[in-house]
Amino acid sequence: MKCHKCGATAVIQMRQHRLQLCAPHFVEWVTATTQRAIETYRMFAPADKMLAAVSGGKDSLSLWDLLLNLGYQVEGLYISLGIDEGIDYSAKSLEMCRKFVAEHHPEARLHVVDVGAEYGQGIPVLARTRRRGQAKPCAVCGLVKRHIMNRVARDGGFAAIATGHNLDDEAAVLMQNTLHWQTGYLARQAPVLDERPPEACGTRGGLARKVKPFVRLYEREAAAYALIRGLDYIYDECPFAKGSTTNFYKELLNQLELTSPGAKQQFYLQFLRARDGGRATFAESGDLALQPCARCGQPTTAGGLCAFCRLWE
Amino acid sequence: MVKVIYRDKTWEVKPGSTVRHIIQKVGLNPESVLAVRDGQLINEATLTQDGDTIKLIAVVSGG
Repeated sequence: MKCHKCGATAVIQMRQHRLQLCAPHFVEWVTATTQRAIETYRMFAPADKMLAAVSGGKDSLSLWDLLLNLGYQVEGLYISLGIDEGIDYSAKSLEMCRKFVAEHHPEARLHVVDVGAEYGQGIPVLARTRRRGQAKPCAVCGLVKRHIMNRVARDGGFAAIATGHNLDDEAAVLMQNTLHWQTGYLARQAPVLDERPPEACGTRGGLARKVKPFVRLYEREAAAYALIRGLDYIYDECPFAKGSTTNFYKELLNQLELTSPGAKQQFYLQFLRARDGGRATFAESGDLALQPCARCGQPTTAGGLCAFCRLWE
Repeated sequence: MVKVIYRDKTWEVKPGSTVRHIIQKVGLNPESVLAVRDGQLINEATLTQDGDTIKLIAVVSGG
């Protein structure tokens, strides 16, 4: 199998694009595809100071690497969740982030927030002892990460938070929301979540803008990029994510992709086009008026304390 | 024979078939894995040879 650009041996075939590429041309293609997504969705500008949320996994480290190589000013944020579960998961993940900086971008700055050290308890204890986390530790984890990401982004004056979400992540969420007709979520799911400035929420910091530059890449392509670039990443998945609904939907979509190449891409991108072009409309559910949390000051839709601060009650 | 490794599992298969065929033969979806030989990513049309060790890398992660 030959590279469509230069005729050298291809390392990957992307059936949805009818494209096969060698390693250097694949890295070039991933870079161009990501840059195009940044421009198409008006995510951020070259002069913007960005914060990349990194987990030590393939998606976030690939994203950080690619954005730095493109010349963007991107600092990393690693949130240590205190997950051990017999495999030192959090410690190894942090080690991967530090190794990435040392080996590939020694000039890059990595911010580390240790949830256990800063707030007293890590995710496993929180999940076991709070009603919110007993059924789904991921719900507590997501809440904690969103709060900390927003705090660091606002305190540090970052223009936006970049996350490593890829097209498979987005398609899986879309499938889940469609099957449950979660119209509020369907109305909001997007490659860019706009900033809510302080004056809109009556708070000091507001809600930071969030962007997903890998939104047009399949998960397989993000993994291939990491392998080709020699990025060492944490291969074990989070022990709490095993058997998760998102992974189940990803596998279902990959079954569909196997028999119908491009199905995932069609599903997600056509959804965005239909909604943004007005051919499909979804009502936002509930009142999303924001007000400051009585304790931390971050925006919340609840009166009094925000969901994050209620976790520590 | 060709040694195939995926997470903590190992298989031995006959040489001469493509990587894509081997991935499906061991019950995996070619859309969900990448194949590596001698530390290098290889395409799914690659013909395997006697003595090859193919490592299959899962690409699905997250929660």
